[in-house]
Amino acid sequence: MNDSLRKLQDKINYEKTFACVQCGYCLPACPTYETMKKETHSPRGRINLVKQFAEGKLDINVLQDPIDKCLGCNACTVVCPSDVEYNKILEGAKQVLEEQQPKTKKQKIAEKLLFEDIFPSRKWMKRVGDLTWFYQASGLKKFAEKTGLAKVAPLSLDQFSQVLPNLPSPSERRRRLHRIPAKGKSRIKVGFFTGCIMDSIFFEINQKTIDLLTLAGAEVVIPEMQTCCGALHAHTGKIGHSRLLAKKNIEAFEAESVDYIINNAGGCGARLIEYEELFDDDPEWRERAKTFSNKTRDISEILVELDRLTFTQPIAGPVTYQASCHMLNVQKVVNAPLKLIKEIPNIDYREMEGADRCCGSAGIYNIVNFEDSMKILDNKMIHMKETQAKIIVTTNPGCLLQMKLGIKRENLASTVRALHLVELLHEARPVQK
Amino acid sequence: MENDWLRELEQIVAPPRLMTSLADRHSYSYDASFGSYLPEAVIQVMCTKEVSEVIKLANRHQIPVYPRGQGTSLSGGPLPVKGGIVLDFSQWDQKLEIYPDDLVAVVSPGVLTAAINQAAEKYGLMYPPDPSSGHVATIGGNLGENAGGPRGLKYGVTKDYVIGLEVVTPEGHIIRTGGRTIKNVTGYDLTKLIVGSEGTLGVITEATLRLIPKPPARKTMMAVFADLPTSGTAISKVLRSGILPAKIELMDQASIRAVEQFQPMGLPIDAAAILLIELDGHPKAIQEEMEKTNHILTELGAKETIVAQTEEEAERLWKARKLVSPAIAKIKPTKISEDATVPRSKIPEMIQRLNQIKEKYQIHLVVFGHAGDGNLHPNILCDKRDKEEMIRVEQAIAEIFAAAIDLGGTLSGEHGIGTMKAPFLEQELGPLGVMMMKRLKKAWDPNNILNPGKIFPEPGISKLVLRDE
Repeated sequence: MNDSLRKLQDKINYEKTFACVQCGYCLPACPTYETMKKETHSPRGRINLVKQFAEGKLDINVLQDPIDKCLGCNACTVVCPSDVEYNKILEGAKQVLEEQQPKTKKQKIAEKLLFEDIFPSRKWMKRVGDLTWFYQASGLKKFAEKTGLAKVAPLSLDQFSQVLPNLPSPSERRRRLHRIPAKGKSRIKVGFFTGCIMDSIFFEINQKTIDLLTLAGAEVVIPEMQTCCGALHAHTGKIGHSRLLAKKNIEAFEAESVDYIINNAGGCGARLIEYEELFDDDPEWRERAKTFSNKTRDISEILVELDRLTFTQPIAGPVTYQASCHMLNVQKVVNAPLKLIKEIPNIDYREMEGADRCCGSAGIYNIVNFEDSMKILDNKMIHMKETQAKIIVTTNPGCLLQMKLGIKRENLASTVRALHLVELLHEARPVQK
Repeated sequence: MENDWLRELEQIVAPPRLMTSLADRHSYSYDASFGSYLPEAVIQVMCTKEVSEVIKLANRHQIPVYPRGQGTSLSGGPLPVKGGIVLDFSQWDQKLEIYPDDLVAVVSPGVLTAAINQAAEKYGLMYPPDPSSGHVATIGGNLGENAGGPRGLKYGVTKDYVIGLEVVTPEGHIIRTGGRTIKNVTGYDLTKLIVGSEGTLGVITEATLRLIPKPPARKTMMAVFADLPTSGTAISKVLRSGILPAKIELMDQASIRAVEQFQPMGLPIDAAAILLIELDGHPKAIQEEMEKTNHILTELGAKETIVAQTEEEAERLWKARKLVSPAIAKIKPTKISEDATVPRSKIPEMIQRLNQIKEKYQIHLVVFGHAGDGNLHPNILCDKRDKEEMIRVEQAIAEIFAAAIDLGGTLSGEHGIGTMKAPFLEQELGPLGVMMMKRLKKAWDPNNILNPGKIFPEPGISKLVLRDE
């Protein structure tokens, strides 16, 4: 075997493909196998193609579409009887594609906007928040047009702009304190990981998160030097960049000696708990990353653990819960959100069929692969409607936007709301126990 | 010339249900067994007429056709070993009709096996065959391979529940076999001939399945043994006592330890074997039967017996059995699951022979499975990249088959012959037995277009080869 093939195999995690015994148990769990209806878009199919490619039997072009169309929801890893590390194989393949494949113009522009202008820079917080706020009046569509995005459609950004919440003004956002004392007796000190989308588009939810935390007896600090978690970078094959961002965050939170690092975005949380794996070849950083990851908790976990809140306001109408894939399948946070929902007085909780299946949001999947994403969303909405829910609860900004979009597509905006778990809990008027 | 038939094919089924891209062809080149073979085209058929027309075309051009469900076969059934067309039935799952008054289900070939049982349960009925892949595998594949499962002990296998079929013959004709009645002795029993013929005699496009009343209750127990032969004797003793459990599953020491290492749950790692027994039926009847079973096992010298008192406890006991496959997969990357089956009385002897084979060839061999019906699953854990090891594995497999046949058993209890066991067919059936089967094949499929390369060994091949050449 020649040297370049061996290097490729290392990068693409070729060895890990051997764990797959091709039993096919992943097929029923895979949302894209369901909507695209062929083995090529199943986990088993993708692993096989990666393997054939790594053995030099296939050209990289063959790999592109099946890998691009994977949601990365990790539902297959939960049902896999052989514990195949599919996410590693997928990330390896994405990294190789990123390095070797020429991109379409649409991809280039979308990625430049997302990865260079918005997510990585320390300024993103202000820039996205301010820009979105500023452009809200005129609509995101114009924003997209201005940046050249709309011209290289079909990015369908206009679809999303219609479901964005009203944003607080930049000055309101700047007024936020970086240290917020616990209400009453302080029981623990937590660092709040604010997230990019959460702290811009869903700034209000972050404020409510801080409210819940302080009410539950936590002192909250928001390290200023924190940055994007790097999930989207890793999912698109930009591993080096993801590592840089991880280091910044680790340093930012090390500076404050906190008991826990709290986030309210399933996708970010999943990346944060996997920081350790980014530093396989760097023992010092691996140790630091491990300490960071061990402290990382979703807001629902910490609220259940502190157990200091009682909800006083009944919530009307049936409620259903759309889990975030990364929270469910990577963080393995399954019961905490449900436990909290069920603590609300008179709550009528109804589980929808396939509640544990991806909604099709999947990072920037719904922007880059709009049509494919909408097929998955439409299936989701069928099951949502079966529950007759008036509220869909989620735990991740991407899922939240996608649910809002789904509601709009079904013309249900006047009767059904999509809420982050934090919003629901806030609405249920928590008081200290 | 190749383009000619592909163009004609497009007239029958157009893209996206006709697939010819390299990515798609590679994605239907394998199943859950060994090897990968590239077909020229994959067609997702959705009705009998399409199947008939594709097969007529294939027969005219002499292009091989391979029916495929969701590719969970452990014997190589759907592998397109000679190129040609893969007929993918996985999307044809629309028909699932339960007729409670006739106690039958009528299904299209792509319906998942587990879905049939779920639909039947709504009427208080049951479709008993329960292969562990039932939530992925299609009924079409189960019919082709005559799949079994743990409940086979009491309820039999797929063929025991098929009373009628619609079949497309290798020349593209559409025929119906059997019917909708339990009793039916009109003519040759083509239904039973087609079921288990591994897609070599016809393509099943609809099946009428027999359902039975669902037993109202079930109960599980676990028995721990200090030596393997006693566990074997225990199985015979229970079965002779007038009790017919729904399942009797065995785990040997290697599998107990693998599970315990994989996910500690307090299993007795010093035990030589564990038996898991499930009884089903009327609650009062199984209560009494459970006491009797417990008594028999204790008297025989079981080290410990645990009777699950709740459904949750039962589930916990079965979890140990379910974890065997993932747990042993940790030992080495390549897992070869055999299903050689022996008469029940020979189980202790078969286990002994398996242990001798394990020693002789220095391989990782784990024994578990449906011991109650003699259908053990000796699993070999190896690494297919290690040529030297794979040669030993090939020899060990040959010897496992020889041992099963020697003890009056068979090469395959439920996985089928496919490509994996074809080299050994004559050992079990003898040259005349194979000849009569080949005559049948020739009469049904004169041009040998339907799933060629399966069941019968290729000329000059008399042993199993698991290595890439």
